[in-house]
Amino acid sequence: MLLFIEQLFNGLQLGVMLFLMSAGLTLVFGIMRVINLAHGSLYMMGAYIAATVVQHSGSFILALLTALAATALLGMLIEVIVLRRLYKRDHLDQVLATFGLILFFNELTRIVWGRQPLFMDVPGWLSETIEIIPGAPYPSYRLAIISVGILAAVFLYLMFTRTRLGMKIRAGAANREMVAALGVNITLLNTLIFGLGALLAALAGAMAGPILAVESGMGESILILTFVVIVIGGIGSIRGAFIGAILVGIVETLGKFALPLLLRLMLPPASADGTGASLASMSVYILMAAVLIWRPRGLFPAHD
Amino acid sequence: MKRFLLIMIVTLAVLFVSSPVYSADAVKIGMVTTLSTKAGYLGEDIRDGFKLAINQSSGKLGGVSVELLVDDDTRKPGKGKQIADRFIKRDGVKIMTGIVFSNVAMAVVPKVVRDGVIYVSPNAGPSALAGKQCHKNYFNTAWQNDNLHEATGSYVNEAGYENVYILAPNYPAGKDALAGFKRFYKGNIAGEVYTKLGQSDYAAELAALRAAKPDAVFFFLPGGMGINFIKQYAQAGLNKSIPLTGPAFSFDERLLGAVGEAAVGVINGSQWSADLDNPANKQFVAAFRKAYGRTPTLYASQGYDTALAIGAALKAVNGDISDMDAFRSALKKAEFASVRGNFKFGSNQHPVQDIYVRKVVKGADGKYTNVIHKKAFTNHVDAYASQCKY
Repeated sequence: MLLFIEQLFNGLQLGVMLFLMSAGLTLVFGIMRVINLAHGSLYMMGAYIAATVVQHSGSFILALLTALAATALLGMLIEVIVLRRLYKRDHLDQVLATFGLILFFNELTRIVWGRQPLFMDVPGWLSETIEIIPGAPYPSYRLAIISVGILAAVFLYLMFTRTRLGMKIRAGAANREMVAALGVNITLLNTLIFGLGALLAALAGAMAGPILAVESGMGESILILTFVVIVIGGIGSIRGAFIGAILVGIVETLGKFALPLLLRLMLPPASADGTGASLASMSVYILMAAVLIWRPRGLFPAHD
Repeated sequence: MKRFLLIMIVTLAVLFVSSPVYSADAVKIGMVTTLSTKAGYLGEDIRDGFKLAINQSSGKLGGVSVELLVDDDTRKPGKGKQIADRFIKRDGVKIMTGIVFSNVAMAVVPKVVRDGVIYVSPNAGPSALAGKQCHKNYFNTAWQNDNLHEATGSYVNEAGYENVYILAPNYPAGKDALAGFKRFYKGNIAGEVYTKLGQSDYAAELAALRAAKPDAVFFFLPGGMGINFIKQYAQAGLNKSIPLTGPAFSFDERLLGAVGEAAVGVINGSQWSADLDNPANKQFVAAFRKAYGRTPTLYASQGYDTALAIGAALKAVNGDISDMDAFRSALKKAEFASVRGNFKFGSNQHPVQDIYVRKVVKGADGKYTNVIHKKAFTNHVDAYASQCKY
């Protein structure tokens, strides 16, 4: 039972990571109608910048702040230089252009940081464990990730429901032309949204750095799950992204934990683990298919 | 006119790129190795060890000029096959080496040795290639995959652990690793887990491990996988209660540099250590440190030995590799001073060698390294040699 709760926490931790990624992606997709494959590259750049600053300054907080600011700026730059030209084009052109950006950033990191991954350390004050449930000590860094993710969700919720900017963004998502006609500077709004998405991706990347390895191409593996999340949650909806991300995180982690155990009743360990891992990756897509049969537009569609 | 200029420039560029400058009689050696991904430093050390041997005798091995072609397989079997194919067809390579990962080796080696290429493995030693699928053109200068795990298993058994949790990636070398460990460890297995090759996050495995309450953990996770595992093991507070152990692959010097204090005191099995006391090794360690500014890992020692083994054979045939039979029998004699001391090829052309258990310590220079703890096996032969029939 303790083990089950601990695995739930692991699922929650993956879930909030996915939420940080999908919040930005779903906004960009929902409001600007652009498929941005390069969102994973922003995650990677956030991680690289954070890892570099940690190596030079030793301060994790400083690294996090630098990564957020620098990646948000980078995101806005990409919007102005590349994406702005793509709003009126069809989805294939957008996919090709943003796929080109993936190749560009992967190669850039190889040139600047080399082929070898960078390894970030967990900050000293977060390297211990906390016994939130008696008998199951849990790493405090992973708890910190969960808290930051939930704080980010609350922040986004307040921003969208209580501020003028949030109102404009929601209006933009509902009817872009009408909002522009009412005199809102939609071009500036787009740039800001893209910057916000990049900032959230960088937050995910920098927080993931100490758990994973910061390497070229690290964005692609999380990007696929992120797309699954926004399809499940309903494109353009932050609330959907949150629910979808937590669902996907928990299904993936529990599947990875429970399926091999079940298969071991029938198969030798090596094949049970291999098959179990493949089935666990499949379970996320089965979840997506089931949700789409039940609600073809996702759980909380932003447009009707 | 513009178009003509463009064609001319492209033609010139192609000409320049495709004609590297080397002496006409240099023997080409093709190295397919892993230089990127989290395990990229393994291939880097093999390459640097190999290059050190070439540079020490100014571009020659065994007195014969050699040209080393290196390419990165990115740990993908398909990519490894492509590179090997290009080396053989375009560059006319007759001698190949370099593969780090057994899944890449299983895709590349059986084909190239059938095509008449001599392949000398500086790392991967899958059990299939040591036993039933052995080939007269395949040599291994490192170990058969099971060997270092066998030494660790034997130590863990002697040390009196009775309930060990074992963990390795799901690929041929991972299965060999746990088979090797279990061959010499006689106690209870608290859990046997195969992770994904290249996995970064071990949270789910660590939670299951804690729940199984073992008295020790044996894990084989080379390169960055090991770095992440050891760090997360410490973050979960497990290193205070359950001791870690494993093969040298989970505790090489570059990995130790990244995990620091978390691995001190750990026992691991290896055929080589930087403090092995023989003249060849002292010379090698000093030269490697001078050339690259870091302590060599076992991978570097294997790359260096592989170069010396090829060099000795080239010397015996005077650099003439048109007669592959002569080159092969010269290679089999292994007339070189291995940095690990005793070395000869067994009946299946895999090493017959001593294997040690090492201990992780903090050196006088503040860097983490391994020292020999004791010898586990003398003239150890792998378990598959008897299945190999040429």
